[in-house]
Amino acid sequence: MSLVKCTLKELQDRFTRGDVSAVEIVRSYFLRISVVESKVKAYITLNDKESMLSQAEALDHALSAWRKTEPMMAMPIAVKDNICTEGLPTTCGSRILGGFVPPYSATAVAALRLQQYFLIGKTNLDEFGMGSSTEYSAFGASRNPWNLSHVPGGSSGGSAAAVAADECVAALGTDTGGSIRQPAACCGVVGLKPTYGRVSRYGLIAFASSLDQIGPITKDVMDAALMLNVLAGHDARDSTSADASVPDFTRVFKKKDVKKLKIGVPLEFFAEGLDEEVYDAVGEALAVLEDLGGTMEEVSLPHTGAAVATYYIVATAEASSNLARYDGVKYGFRTKESPGLPEMYRATRQEGFGPEVKRRIMLGTYALSSGYYDAYYAKAQAVRTLIREDFDRVFRDVDLLVTPVMPTPAFQLGEKIEDPLQMYLSDLYTISASLAGIPAISLPCGFSRKGLPIGMQILGRPFEEDVVLRAARAYELATDWRKKRPRIR
Amino acid sequence: MTFETVIGLEVHAQLRTQSKMFCGCATEFGLPANTRTCPVCLGLPGALPVVNKRAVEMAIRTGLALNCTVRTTNQFARKNYFYPDLPKGYQISQYDRPICEHGWLELQANGTSKKVRIRRAHLEEDAGKNIHADAGSLVDLNRAGTPLIEIVTEPDMRSADEVVSYLKSLRDVLMYIGVCDGNMEQGSLRCEPNLSLRPAGSGELGTKVELKNINSFKFVKDAIEYEIKRQTKVLSEGGTICQETRLWDIERNQTAVMRSKEEAHDYRYFPDPDLVPLVISEEWIEELRATIQELPKDRHRRFLQDYGLPDYDACVLTSSRALADYFEACVALFAEPKLISNFVMSELLRELPQAGTTVESSPVSPERLVGLLQLVHDGTISLKVAKEIFPELFAGDKSAAQLVEEKGLRQLSDEGELQSLIDAVIDQHPAQVAQYRGGKETVLGFLVGQAMKRSGGKANPQKVNALFKTRLSP
Repeated sequence: MSLVKCTLKELQDRFTRGDVSAVEIVRSYFLRISVVESKVKAYITLNDKESMLSQAEALDHALSAWRKTEPMMAMPIAVKDNICTEGLPTTCGSRILGGFVPPYSATAVAALRLQQYFLIGKTNLDEFGMGSSTEYSAFGASRNPWNLSHVPGGSSGGSAAAVAADECVAALGTDTGGSIRQPAACCGVVGLKPTYGRVSRYGLIAFASSLDQIGPITKDVMDAALMLNVLAGHDARDSTSADASVPDFTRVFKKKDVKKLKIGVPLEFFAEGLDEEVYDAVGEALAVLEDLGGTMEEVSLPHTGAAVATYYIVATAEASSNLARYDGVKYGFRTKESPGLPEMYRATRQEGFGPEVKRRIMLGTYALSSGYYDAYYAKAQAVRTLIREDFDRVFRDVDLLVTPVMPTPAFQLGEKIEDPLQMYLSDLYTISASLAGIPAISLPCGFSRKGLPIGMQILGRPFEEDVVLRAARAYELATDWRKKRPRIR
Repeated sequence: MTFETVIGLEVHAQLRTQSKMFCGCATEFGLPANTRTCPVCLGLPGALPVVNKRAVEMAIRTGLALNCTVRTTNQFARKNYFYPDLPKGYQISQYDRPICEHGWLELQANGTSKKVRIRRAHLEEDAGKNIHADAGSLVDLNRAGTPLIEIVTEPDMRSADEVVSYLKSLRDVLMYIGVCDGNMEQGSLRCEPNLSLRPAGSGELGTKVELKNINSFKFVKDAIEYEIKRQTKVLSEGGTICQETRLWDIERNQTAVMRSKEEAHDYRYFPDPDLVPLVISEEWIEELRATIQELPKDRHRRFLQDYGLPDYDACVLTSSRALADYFEACVALFAEPKLISNFVMSELLRELPQAGTTVESSPVSPERLVGLLQLVHDGTISLKVAKEIFPELFAGDKSAAQLVEEKGLRQLSDEGELQSLIDAVIDQHPAQVAQYRGGKETVLGFLVGQAMKRSGGKANPQKVNALFKTRLSP
C-alpha cells in the first residue's frame, strides 16, 4: 500500500518497526502534494521540502544508532493556519497578518514537536475561522477532494481537505461553532472537537475565546484518539484549560460494541430543513448503533432553536474585542500612508480584513455597546446557560447524543457566499455543542447520490471523550465508509 | 451665592510585584525599550493572560488595610479602546465585580479627622508608553502589563487640603504594607480627582469635571484650587459646567479641556473570556489580614528573608517602625538593601542624634539618601567620598549629585588617565617595582597608595589595583 494511504496508526506502526524511514515518509508526502495540491489548494504555506528532508535524514541517522521512537515521531501533520508555529508564517487566512511569523509555538504544536513530528504545512481556513466553506480566505478557497466544484466546508476546510486528499496523515483544526466537525463531514473524514478546556488554547489565535477549541482531523476514529492523547492536558499558560485527568483514549477501543450505552436522539435536530439524504444516512447509522447493543431514546433539547442567534452574539462580541489588536501598530499589515492615527487605524482595518470579518466585528461591537449590552450580550449569555442546562438534563438520562453534522452535504463553491444567513445556518447542528462546551465527533456515515460524503455527529458529557470515541469506533468498524477514498480529478 | 466643593478621587497605584500582572516579565524600569516583553504583554496573536497571584495578594491586603470587603468571587473585564500603547486593543481591568469594595480611610485636615468612603479598589494592567520623536512616534511596551490597583472614593472630600491629606494617608498605608513605593513623580501613584460645585446646603451633585496629569502633591493642590476658582466664576456668572476631562498644564498653572463628554469612549466592558472568575477563599483573606498588622518580630524575620540582611542589621532596623519604614522606603527606590543598611546604621544613625532629631524628621529623605548611594553603586564616587560628604548632605538641601559636581569629587575611572597615573608611579619608584616583580606582592599596596595620593583620592582604587597587576605581570 502506498505510504500516503496509511492511517496515522498504520504509519506509526510501520515507522516504529523500521519498515519505513523518515526520509521515505517526507518524500512520499511531497510527491503526493505535488500531484494533487494544485487541484485541492489545501495549504496556505508548505514547509520547505529540503529542510524537512535534512530533518528526516538527521532523525533516521539518530535512530540507526538507537531506535527509540515517540508516537508522533516523523508523522507528517498539517496545522490549521490560525495556530501559531514558531518560524513559519501564521496568517489566519487574512491579509491583516501579512508578514507575521510567530516567535513562539502554540502549546498543542509544542506537544507534537516534543515528539518530533513533521510540520508539513499550514492549512487554509476562512479568515480568522469565520465561515463554513474556506471561501472567506484571503488566499482563495480550498476544494472538496470528492468533487472539486464543491466546498470542503469550513472553517478548517484546508485541514479536512488535506487529510481526505492524503496530503498529510492527520491535521489540527479548530472549532468555534463547528469548524472541525462540519468540514470533516464535507470531506468524509473524522473531526473531533474536545471538551472546552481539554486542549490548551495558548497559541491558537482567538476568534471567540469562550468557544474556540483545538482538535484533530483524521482518517479514522483510532487516529483521532491517538492525536488527542498528545494534545490533551492542563496548561498553566491557559487559565481556561482544565485540570482534568487524561486517560489513554485508545484504551476504550478494546470494546467493539456499544452495549450498556444509552443513546439519545434529539428531535430538534431531525426537524424541517434537514436534507432527505442526510436524514436517511443518519437514521441508518442509528440502526447500526442499535445493532451494536446501544439503546435508543428520543430526547428533547428545547432551546436548540435559539442556538444560532445566541452563538452569533456571543462569538461576534468576543471577536470584536479579540480582533482589536490588529491595528497596524505592532505587526502584520499596515496601510501605506495616512495623515494621522485614526486614519491609519481605519484604513489598515478596512484594507486588511475581509467582508465577513468586518461584518462580524460590527455585529459584535454593536452587541457590546452601551445601552445594548443587556438586550444582546447579557441575554445571549443567559440563553447559553439554558442551552447548557438542556444538555445537563438529557445527559442525566442518556450517555450520548447522535445527530447530523450538517443539514446538507457539501454545497457548491459560490452557492452561499452572497448569503451570509444561509451560510450561518450550515452550522445549525454543531453550534449547540460549542455553546455547551461538550465534546463532539463527526464521522462519515454515508454518501449522497452525487457521491458527496455525509457525516454523523456523536456528542457526550464534558470530559467524556472516551465514551464518544468508543461509540464512534464501534460504528466505524461495523461499517465500511472509511475505506472509500476520493479520486481527485 | 456660596458654593460647596465636592471631590472624589481615583488613584492608580502601581503594585510592587516582581513580575507583570498577566505574564512573567520583570517589572523593571529605565531599561532599553521593549526588552521586558513577551508574547503576552506584547499582545501577540494567540497569547493568553494568567493572573499574577502576588498582585492579587497585594490587592487583597490593600483592600483590608482600607477597611474594604473583599469579594470572594470577582471577575476581570475587558475595557476596549484603540491606542498605540495598548497592544491588545483592550485593557484587562475589573468592572462590575471588583476585588475590593465598600471601605474607608481616615484623613486629618484643619485639626479634625474625617472618614472618606472608598467605593471600590480593583486590579488592572498598565499600558505602555508612546514616545514622540521627529521621525514619528514609537511605542515602548516595557511598562505594558504592570499591575495597578485603582482605588476609587465616594465624593466625600470638600477641599484641596482634604484631598492632599487623603492622598498622603493613602500613600502611607500603601507604603507601610509594602504594596506600592508611593512615588508620584515617577508615576507609581497617579491621582485623578473629579470635582463639582453645588450651592451650599444642596444635597444634589453638580456636573463634574475630571482632572488628569497631576503628578505631585503640589500639583494636586494647585489644580484643585484652580478648578474651584474656575467653576465658581462660571457658575457665578450664570454659566454651566460642561462634563469633561481637563488636563493640568504645569507651565501655565491652569486646566485645559482634554475631551468632552461627547468624545468619551464607549469602552464596551465585558467579562474577559480568557480569565475564569477569580475565587478567593476566606482562609486566604484571613491569612493576609494577619500580614497587614505586621509585628516587629515578623518584620525582623522578613528583613532577613526578603533582603538577606544579617541578624544584627535586621535587629537595629526594626527597633522602631519609623526606622524600618525609612529603610524600606529606600529599598523600594533602590534594591541594594545591604549597602543601604550599612549606610543608615553607620552614617544616618550617627548624624541624627548629633543634630538632635529623629528618623521621622530626618533632613535626608529616602530619595536623597538613595541618590547618594546610587552614585557609589555606579562608581561615580567611592564609598569613602560618600561618607565624607554625608554631613553636608544632611545639613543642606542639595542633592548628592549636585554636591559631587560642585566639589569635583567624581571618581577617576577613565582607563587612559589611570594608565598615565600608574606610569608616573612606576617611574618614581623603581625599587618597589623591582621588589614586586621579584615576588614581594605586599608592595602592591604601597604602589596603589601612591597612585591614590597622586590623584588626590579620586582614582577608583579597584581599577588602579587591577591595572597595576596587569601592568607588572611578567
